[in-house]
Amino acid sequence: MVRSKIKTLGIVAVLMVLSVLALYFAQALLMPKYMSNVKEGALIAEYYKAPKNNDVIFIGDCEVYENISPVTLWQEYGITSYIRGSAQQLIWQSYYLLEETLRYETPKAVVFNVLSMKYNEPQNEAYNRMTLDGMKWSDSKAASIRASMTEKESFISYVFPLLRFHSRWSALTKEDFRYMFSKDMVSYNGYLLQTERKGVTTQPRKTPLADYSFGENAWDYLDKITQLCKEKNIRLVLMKAPTIYPVWYDEWEEQIKDYAAQKDLPYYNFLESIQESGIDLTTDTYDAGLHLNVWGAEKLSRYFGQILRTECDLPDHRQDSAVLSYWQEMEERYEAEKGTAD
Amino acid sequence: MLFTSFEFVAFLACVLVLYYLIPVRFQWILLLVANVFFYACSGLYGLLFMGVTIVTSYAAARIMSAVQYHMDDTVKAHKEVWSKQERKAYKQQIKRKKRMIFIGCLLVNLGILAVLKYTNFAIANVNGIAALFTGRHSIARVNLVLPLGISFYTFQTMGYVIDVYRGKAEAEKNIFKMALFTSFFPQLIQGPISRFGELSQTLYAPHRFDFRTVWFGLERVLWGYFKKLVIADRIVVAVNAIVGQPDIYSGFYVFCGMLFYAAELYADFTGGIDITIGIAQMFGIQLAENFERPYFSKNIAEYWRRWHITMGTWFKDYLFYPLSASMPVLSMSTFCRRHFGAAAGRRIPVYFVTLVVWFATGIWHGASWNFIVWGLLNAVVILLSQECRPLYEKFHAHFPGIQKKYAYRIFQVVRTVLLMSSLRMLDCYRNVGLTFKMFGTMFTDWNMTAAMKGLLQLGLTAADYAVVAVAVVLVLCVSLKQRRGSIRERLYERTAAVQYLVVFALLFAILIFGAYGIGYDANQFIYNQF
Repeated sequence: MVRSKIKTLGIVAVLMVLSVLALYFAQALLMPKYMSNVKEGALIAEYYKAPKNNDVIFIGDCEVYENISPVTLWQEYGITSYIRGSAQQLIWQSYYLLEETLRYETPKAVVFNVLSMKYNEPQNEAYNRMTLDGMKWSDSKAASIRASMTEKESFISYVFPLLRFHSRWSALTKEDFRYMFSKDMVSYNGYLLQTERKGVTTQPRKTPLADYSFGENAWDYLDKITQLCKEKNIRLVLMKAPTIYPVWYDEWEEQIKDYAAQKDLPYYNFLESIQESGIDLTTDTYDAGLHLNVWGAEKLSRYFGQILRTECDLPDHRQDSAVLSYWQEMEERYEAEKGTAD
Repeated sequence: MLFTSFEFVAFLACVLVLYYLIPVRFQWILLLVANVFFYACSGLYGLLFMGVTIVTSYAAARIMSAVQYHMDDTVKAHKEVWSKQERKAYKQQIKRKKRMIFIGCLLVNLGILAVLKYTNFAIANVNGIAALFTGRHSIARVNLVLPLGISFYTFQTMGYVIDVYRGKAEAEKNIFKMALFTSFFPQLIQGPISRFGELSQTLYAPHRFDFRTVWFGLERVLWGYFKKLVIADRIVVAVNAIVGQPDIYSGFYVFCGMLFYAAELYADFTGGIDITIGIAQMFGIQLAENFERPYFSKNIAEYWRRWHITMGTWFKDYLFYPLSASMPVLSMSTFCRRHFGAAAGRRIPVYFVTLVVWFATGIWHGASWNFIVWGLLNAVVILLSQECRPLYEKFHAHFPGIQKKYAYRIFQVVRTVLLMSSLRMLDCYRNVGLTFKMFGTMFTDWNMTAAMKGLLQLGLTAADYAVVAVAVVLVLCVSLKQRRGSIRERLYERTAAVQYLVVFALLFAILIFGAYGIGYDANQFIYNQF
């Protein structure tokens, strides 16, 4: 009798383990892979595979991961850097990503792109998933989820993404099976390389806003970023990428300038130095002015790298054997992808 | 808090664990606290109305009971002193007192329901009539929010008050236990409408953890979620597309919409009740069954004995029988017998009472003419079917043995399904006229080739239809199996591994194929809106 019960319990225990495995496999299969489409969804998770010895960490939205090339920074100045950015990354997501990043490494400088100051509330579930699903579990991830969830989202669906992506069963492709457990690298230390050319044809219309003030929540998180960098003795640099869409209002610019002055932070609005940096918006963007292509990103990186080197007193690592092979490999991969467009 | 929300699942898990951890004498208190929390999640406003129902029903029942005991004691004490007439007069006086309390309680509670549910309907009708004469609408609509489950808990509680009035139930002494009876959270949304005598026994009793009971409850809950999430919440997209755009979707689409809605309603309501009864069972509480495979019914009367059973019996016990035995109806019977003959004296009061009951059933479902017409049409079909019985008998005498033929039984079932589905179209379209018009297009506008292609433009993919079809076949097979007794009992006789695999397969199917989460609108149960 006792033996029979033990046997039954054993069988049930094995079945339970198999059930958990089945759910795990189902989840791995059904989660979006972001390998051939919407690659920006894969960016956040790639950080964990990279060496954690960067001098500069960029945080922000597409204005960093499309416009700054860490490979160029390396090639030109020997700066080691990583971009922790994702699509429409909200400022609190940037803050929590930075908080998490600083647990792995302590860079000399953090660069924050200020466009996301315009958002004071959670915006879009699809973008949330791209930013948050890729993060490893930590207090920072939990806090970021709580801060980012839109009304229809639930925390549990971040814990078990199967609950969110279960309906993809009817849209599975070969890619879903191929990348169930391991993925290719799509970025170059967080930079998403774009080789198309589609120049700016029309200038944006600055539709008047009812209120140009940034929201309280956004300011709070900017304060937190500033405070976090101060605590860790990291130089915080604020930037605005030189892309003309979406519109960056003069009133916003004034607020950021005031803040930077008040907190003694360097702030660079590259919209004001497009010519100086050599960027040609008729050839250096891939989507008519929203984001730079690789040639534009390289120009900006060359220009900004010079500033960063001086501003933050960054060393040249090009002779540093500890990082050399990693960057050389990346350079090869980078040049190969870039070369496909030439 | 929707039954299909993650929050509800977490809430249920917490309550269930606590329920079996605390001393059994406190279990009913935990359930009451859970009820308050569950109800408060839908807004504190509803708690106020439920509170009024609990307090008035409790007070009325207690007073009626006290009056009854006092009368019994007084009569006993004066047994030797009072004459028969004096005793009778005293009893009449006490009965009047009881009736006044009883009617007062009914008026307050049905009044709340009527005001909250039917005020705007009444205003719309008054405006409609006024517009005929004056050409404008004179009364503005009022903004009234219907508290969660008010139709269900009001009927359940009034059933209790009626039972106490009739002396069929003892008045509950503890107001908090009374509150638990009124607000038991699993059945608050859509019933079943329980009787105090049955539910109170199991609701207040202590329940020690019993694996079998909890397992059976879990199986039933999962089966309910399967029906709700895999069938109802998926097919609802196509139903909404069809009925929401009658200008585009007519003819064959209407036919499809009618069948889709029949499947949706069945899966939604029976699924919801499975979840309700399953949850109660996990707490060791036995609720009344509300369905008995209604789509296998051979005629509409049988269908209504097998669909929403507790509502049907409520109307039968608390409206049909009292009304049939009431003085006006008895007088009507006498009048008809005297003037139109014995058959009319028997039938006309039955017709009248049937129509009244179905009118009430219709309007209970919703404050609109659609539901009233739906209720009355049900009555007409039932009465017609009764009147046609001699014809059926002739037919069966002419074709002896046909009733035993499988094909004939299938014909009867299909006929009932089509008939009930046609009547249910009144749930879907925005008014009665449009419903009849769209029903008519099923016979005039039948471009099937074009329509078949168009089915994929209703918001569902071929894969969605395939999932629904497989799930419906599965539900059908389970229903067929259920005719030979409880499937769960039979499954329990199999090895633990088999039981586990069946439950896991069900859970897995819900998780993968269920229409829930982002990308799907979280759908409240259809009957919750009634």
